[in-house]
Amino acid sequence: MSNLNTTAGRPPAPAKIKLPRVNGRYLWPLLGLFLLLAVNLAITPEFFRIEIQDGRLYGSLIDVLNRSAPVALLAIGMTLVIATGGIDLSVGATMAIAGAVCANLIVGGVDSIFLVVAAGLAAGLMAGAVNGGLVSYMGIQPIVATLILMVAGRGIAQLINAGQIVTFQSEAFAFIGTGTLLGLPFPIVLVLIVFALVQLLMRKTALGLFVESVGCNAGASYYLGINQRAVKIVAYCIAGICAALAGMISAADIQGSDANNAGLWLELDAILAVVIGGASLMGGRFSIPLSIVGVLVIQCLGTTIIMSGLPAKFNLLIKAVVVIFVLLLQSPLFQQQMGALFARFQKRTNTEAKV
Amino acid sequence: MNLLSLSGMEKRYPGVKALDGVDFQLRAGEIHALLGENGAGKSTLVKVMTGALQGDGGSMSFLGAPLKLKSTAHAQSVGISTVYQEVNLLPNLTVAQNLYLGREPKRFGLIDWKRINRQSREVLKRFDLDIDVSRPLSSFSVAVQQLIAIARGVDMSAKVLVLDEPTASLDADECEQLFGVMRELRDKGIGIVFITHFLDQVYAVCDRITVLRNGQLVGEFEAATLSRSELVGHMLGKELQAQTHGREHREEKSLTQPLLEVQELAVSGSLQPTSLCVRRGEAVGLAGLLGSGRSEVCRAVFGVDRKTSGTLKVNDAEKHFLQPADAISEGLALCPEDRKTSGIVGPLSIRENIALALQARRGWWRPISRVEQERLAQRFIRELQIATPDAEKPIEQLSGGNQQKVILARWLATSPQLLVLDEPTRGVDIGAHAEILKLIRQFCRDGMSLLVTSSELDELLAFSDRVAVMRDRRKVAEIEGDDITEGNIMRAIAEA
Repeated sequence: MSNLNTTAGRPPAPAKIKLPRVNGRYLWPLLGLFLLLAVNLAITPEFFRIEIQDGRLYGSLIDVLNRSAPVALLAIGMTLVIATGGIDLSVGATMAIAGAVCANLIVGGVDSIFLVVAAGLAAGLMAGAVNGGLVSYMGIQPIVATLILMVAGRGIAQLINAGQIVTFQSEAFAFIGTGTLLGLPFPIVLVLIVFALVQLLMRKTALGLFVESVGCNAGASYYLGINQRAVKIVAYCIAGICAALAGMISAADIQGSDANNAGLWLELDAILAVVIGGASLMGGRFSIPLSIVGVLVIQCLGTTIIMSGLPAKFNLLIKAVVVIFVLLLQSPLFQQQMGALFARFQKRTNTEAKV
Repeated sequence: MNLLSLSGMEKRYPGVKALDGVDFQLRAGEIHALLGENGAGKSTLVKVMTGALQGDGGSMSFLGAPLKLKSTAHAQSVGISTVYQEVNLLPNLTVAQNLYLGREPKRFGLIDWKRINRQSREVLKRFDLDIDVSRPLSSFSVAVQQLIAIARGVDMSAKVLVLDEPTASLDADECEQLFGVMRELRDKGIGIVFITHFLDQVYAVCDRITVLRNGQLVGEFEAATLSRSELVGHMLGKELQAQTHGREHREEKSLTQPLLEVQELAVSGSLQPTSLCVRRGEAVGLAGLLGSGRSEVCRAVFGVDRKTSGTLKVNDAEKHFLQPADAISEGLALCPEDRKTSGIVGPLSIRENIALALQARRGWWRPISRVEQERLAQRFIRELQIATPDAEKPIEQLSGGNQQKVILARWLATSPQLLVLDEPTRGVDIGAHAEILKLIRQFCRDGMSLLVTSSELDELLAFSDRVAVMRDRRKVAEIEGDDITEGNIMRAIAEA
């Protein structure tokens, strides 16, 4: 079939040298982030100052990055799930489960840090597999399927902890939350590693293309031979593993597992970050770097509000206003309307100038 | 006297004229079939008639007085009721609640449930339905639900009843029950518009027939004096006469190995046992009217619908396809009928759409490099003459014909042994139509096996080595060689 000669006699089109296309999607989230950073700089001039003490970087910026690590991990997984046209509400609860599993193993006398971490990751993988199975094999709507684990997950964590807050002493495990590697707080390093791995998995294999294809049109993807169920399960499993890592960071941070509060409402921040990053909740095209930008916007905003000296009671409201603003900037309809408004304004000033 | 009359009805959509000056007359006390293939304008005409759409031109009169429908509710209030293919009542409410939904008899401002139940029983008795009206609608069969929907329409003092494919999901006995009710209503002076794909049913109950084609009126006929083959000819836009087939030279291919062999393949609910064989390098056409089982054959062969019985062999080895991926790995490919929902992956680029099937076949761990994808895309854009500035344009921004070419390119990239094309020229503009036909002929010459469905007879004549004719979800005839003429195909479609 390679010798279709319908265009015989026509010279082959000259190979065009293509410039990398400037992607408009990056413009608005990045602009939002820069704006916030600028505001921070205006309020606290030392915002960008980074010092080195005892071989570790210190500064507000590092703090922002460090504190955003759990949400960043969640957002990486959430990006994939949303790209398949789903959503995962259970990642906060999965954090709690992973934290509880690790804490109880340590308290129970398991010395091997690798075993503890592996058990935590396995818990996350299982949570993801359950979500993915419910969505792709049972055909349950993602929001309902993951709502089950969102509620039940905290119950499972409470059972593991026998209703208590389980505290532990383990320097090795605490390192996940408070350690330093290569001068950076370990959570930041962890985010960088996971980001690189997932990005490689998505863009250097065909998995990313399959995820986008399934998210854009699951029916057509089935017809052309993509195992769309497997693709969805993989997305939920990665989200589960990311959530488990986030859960270990937050458990290591406080040297304890609090089934009620670990990762509480963080799934919403993660979803918000993905949306600020410009992804459609209908599924389709995704960009993990943009989701990370979304995470930083959310985290910076929190810092900005605190730094600006506004009473804490304004936090949530200001957050909501900024989020609406960023989303408006990205809305094609809003851009169109603003464009029309601008054009009308320009026309009027032009005619006035003539008169 | 005409009960409902439409004259010069027009309806335009961007790029298409769905109705082009159509006249339609419904008399009191008749059952009037409205027939036509896909895109003929049936459903648009029904929507205009029932107030769901407003025509762009033309006029309508009801009982001799001009009428301009504003909504379906308005149509209902003057006495035009519609029953759709999918019962659109509320399955979790009781039969009685459904019958009186939105017009419940009140007593002291409150709903009078006793009266509703009593009246419901009386209404249904007229339809020979003696059922417990306080049970939820969903506890009855689809046929009974259809009858209840009709009863609701008639009880709302309907003078005109529009039945849009009411028999699509009914079995023979249930159809008979429905026809009984229809005849009874006709004798009471109600005018019934009946839409169906099944010619047997048309002749079983209808008095007159109106045929549409491509948005235009073909004609209005008395059922008693119109033969089946004439009717099929009108629907397909062909005169019944012996015509020689369009393919100048047919090679003898009966000696080559069978590539696909299907024995008594059946899918419950959509395909009766059907046998079919496609040899290497052979093009087999699938003819038949809408709903005859053409697409169902394609879907069953490609593993979209799981077979319930029968065998399927590829290269003499029996296969069980559970999903399209299984069929693809055996070298099959399918361009589905519904391009938008099952073909294109809209927001992705032409390049990605072309690469997807090959990539899916190779597996996720063996990616096709960007450079390779671009080379593939450039090659097919050139060879299939896909009109686009570059390969990065999202496929959804292309015209229907170019989208279809991209889908073809997607499958050609996998070098399939058998290409199944389900209505490859549906929704494609005239220019691209000819080009796609040219491509199909090209595939034939290159020795690919083809299984192609089409509602256009000249298309089938143009490339088929053999034509299998489908009717009532089973194969009824197979025409080979010089016997492939429009007349023979139409006779096979029409014969009872």
